Amino acid sequence: MAFDPILAEIRFGAGLSPHHAPPASVDAMMAQLTGPDTAARRFPIPSIETLDPSPFEVRRSNMAPKDLPEGPERDAAEELKRENRRRVRELVQEHFAATVQRALGSEDGFRERLTLFWADHFTVRGETAVMRHAVSPFVEDVVRANLAGTFADMLYAAATHPVMLRYLDQHSSVGPNSRDGQRRGGGINENLAREILELHTLGVGGPYDQTDVRQLAELLTGLTAPYRNGFTFRERAAEPGSETVLGVSYGGADASLSDIRAALSDLAVHPATARHMATKLATHFVADTPDPDLVAAMEQTWLESGGRLPVVYEAMLRHPAAWAPERRKVRQPIGYVIASLRALGVTPEQFAAAGIVRIRQRLINPLADMGQPWQTPTGPDGWPEAADAWVTPQFMAARINFAMTMPRHFVDPLPDPRAFVFDALGPEPPPDVVFAANAAETVFEGVGLVLASAAFQRR
Amino acid sequence: MDRRKFLIGGGLLGCSAAASPLITPVAFASAPWDARLVVIVLRGAMDGLDVVRPVGDRHFAELRPSLADERGIPLDSFYAMHPRLEPLAPMWDAGELAFVHAVSTPYRDKRSHFDGQDLLEAGMPDLESGVRDGWLNRLMQVVPGVEAETAYSIGRERMLILRGAARTSSWAPDTRLELSPATEQLLEHLYHDDVLFRDASADAIAIAADVAESDEMGDGVGNGRNVDLARFAAQRLAGETRIASFSLGGWDTHNRQQRSIRRALRDLSDCLLTLKQDLGDVWGKTAVVCMTEFGRTARENGSRGTDHGTGGAMIMAGGAIRGGRVYGDWPGLADRDLYAGRDLMPTRDVRAYAGWLMRDLFGVAGSAVEQAIFPGVELGGDPRLLL
Repeated sequence: MAFDPILAEIRFGAGLSPHHAPPASVDAMMAQLTGPDTAARRFPIPSIETLDPSPFEVRRSNMAPKDLPEGPERDAAEELKRENRRRVRELVQEHFAATVQRALGSEDGFRERLTLFWADHFTVRGETAVMRHAVSPFVEDVVRANLAGTFADMLYAAATHPVMLRYLDQHSSVGPNSRDGQRRGGGINENLAREILELHTLGVGGPYDQTDVRQLAELLTGLTAPYRNGFTFRERAAEPGSETVLGVSYGGADASLSDIRAALSDLAVHPATARHMATKLATHFVADTPDPDLVAAMEQTWLESGGRLPVVYEAMLRHPAAWAPERRKVRQPIGYVIASLRALGVTPEQFAAAGIVRIRQRLINPLADMGQPWQTPTGPDGWPEAADAWVTPQFMAARINFAMTMPRHFVDPLPDPRAFVFDALGPEPPPDVVFAANAAETVFEGVGLVLASAAFQRR
Repeated sequence: MDRRKFLIGGGLLGCSAAASPLITPVAFASAPWDARLVVIVLRGAMDGLDVVRPVGDRHFAELRPSLADERGIPLDSFYAMHPRLEPLAPMWDAGELAFVHAVSTPYRDKRSHFDGQDLLEAGMPDLESGVRDGWLNRLMQVVPGVEAETAYSIGRERMLILRGAARTSSWAPDTRLELSPATEQLLEHLYHDDVLFRDASADAIAIAADVAESDEMGDGVGNGRNVDLARFAAQRLAGETRIASFSLGGWDTHNRQQRSIRRALRDLSDCLLTLKQDLGDVWGKTAVVCMTEFGRTARENGSRGTDHGTGGAMIMAGGAIRGGRVYGDWPGLADRDLYAGRDLMPTRDVRAYAGWLMRDLFGVAGSAVEQAIFPGVELGGDPRLLL
């Protein structure tokens, strides 16, 4: 079991494409990943800092009309409110489009897949009307910027990002003995602290208890995200005194951001974190129950490198178990959508030309039908990983419908199914798919059958 | 031929019995428990005070000058139900409809729909506990003999209430799968050697065919997407399914509530009537419970609507319940009786009623309810919800 370009593109990349050669080697994959992020430069997504309209602006324009007397000024405010709300909805779709375009135009599909992986690991939702368009900017700031860096940096970026601070209620957590707490009341909210330990670092069943959760929650007080200023460390809300997390004491009399950073950095390289993350990466990319030796190799690398992500990825890619020929994973809906477009040879330009309405109706809506509504997982634990969570009767019906109907909306004319089967599955497609592609009554059904085949949905 | 038997038995068996692990002869033979439970989540915060009006409370009319304008349908000497629920009057008279008043989840003082619904579906005392499954799923974990088909989540949303370790099924009745016979055969061929894909697609094709079949019958009560949810629920419950859950939206009535609540009430009453009609004999062993994330303000607001509040109402229906009555302790609507001076004071946890229902329907031990299904709930005295 060794590196294979076709398998590399299917299992670790965005999917085979008639326009892009699959990766030539692990070295080539790593060189691309650690090189410049050309896809992001070509199809930009704003940072939370440059998001326009900002959550603050949307909020202000939402509330402005209420305070004005009836008249032209109020009408103008109402108009701005409507306009901003419309922009928020549009931006969610535009960011989706940019995400897909990056994958369509790139030979660095591994980067796009890792982006989806980490965005799911640090799940946030823009739950209020003013934050809905801030999820992709969060991914940009936290994930994309640290994808090829250290886990500690990504963790710190996530834990201090306004979207995360709001999503997991950290912004309303106040140290009871802080100046704010003494004057205005309020209390600790443990949500972010718990999820950092349970989801982001040590993992469920990790070596922590409720006291660690509480102590970390106290340490995190002061992290706030006022709409106007974005992320702010508010010392007046920080619980004074030191806190002990997993037996290590952080901070002293004066609360400071560097203590929080120190605690997160320690968590990032904790052995339980190394194990949890090695398992999670291998589970996502290779198999729902990954080879223990593969996990051990990645875990070891994590510990030795202090959580430097590229070397951990490389440990995965260099392990023979990563190249087992059996395709044990099922593409999640977003990966399935992207791989389908890539197989059809849709270029980023053709994709953009299809227009936002078609993108919404033919891609964003079907994602929800397939069980993965764009950027709205049920909870902070993100999307399920197991194949059988995605291949249910209901979601299967949606996948078949997608396969049969999507292509004609993005490609004209449709490819010849007899050739398409090779574009989609490589030079050695399974004979039953070749048979179905040849036996179909119509071109659209032939193309649809290839996309609907288990061989194409698995990776 | 009995239509239901054909749809559930014939339709599914013909297409996929051999392939599907969900529909085995064993599953048909060994239904472990017989009662049916339907949980409808009313999203958007239903105004309990409008739906079940405490007209006997002397403060009610003054709190609701425009909303109480149109006369309700008298239920007893104290309560009247909203006039748009008139189609349900026969159900009330037959003792198959009941309400519970002045109930709420433990959610207090914050007024987010998302959080409120998460808490309702998680069935937990608070949102910080990190519990990720829903209470109906935890029910499935404590009763024996559960198959994936035993519990059905219906509609496009992933229902948190059914999320968790126990396997459940889901289907959105508006899903259509129209394939030419040749394509269907080729798909079968393509999936033949992949058990996961083979079973899921066989079930998908069979269920979609069932639904298409019942579309053509089209003799139901009302119509529309929401009624389809109830129709599909009844189809499943007449077979191997014991628990079904779906949600109805449209309850967030901040403005001109007299108008805006009508559609939601119509959908709700259509759903209940559809369930009764389509379930036939099974209705007699069915309990339907409708719950919402929180109530609405006791006073109507400046735009003749109501805002997010605390205490509210719960609706129950079904041949199994002891209906024709309004359960609950009435707290009063005087200023001093209101929660925080603005909301109906909850006098009991909505989870206590749901807990008693599960106890009575399925014989779940009280301790299992208090520890596993609704951790921290106090079941309290038996309201005797069932006949």
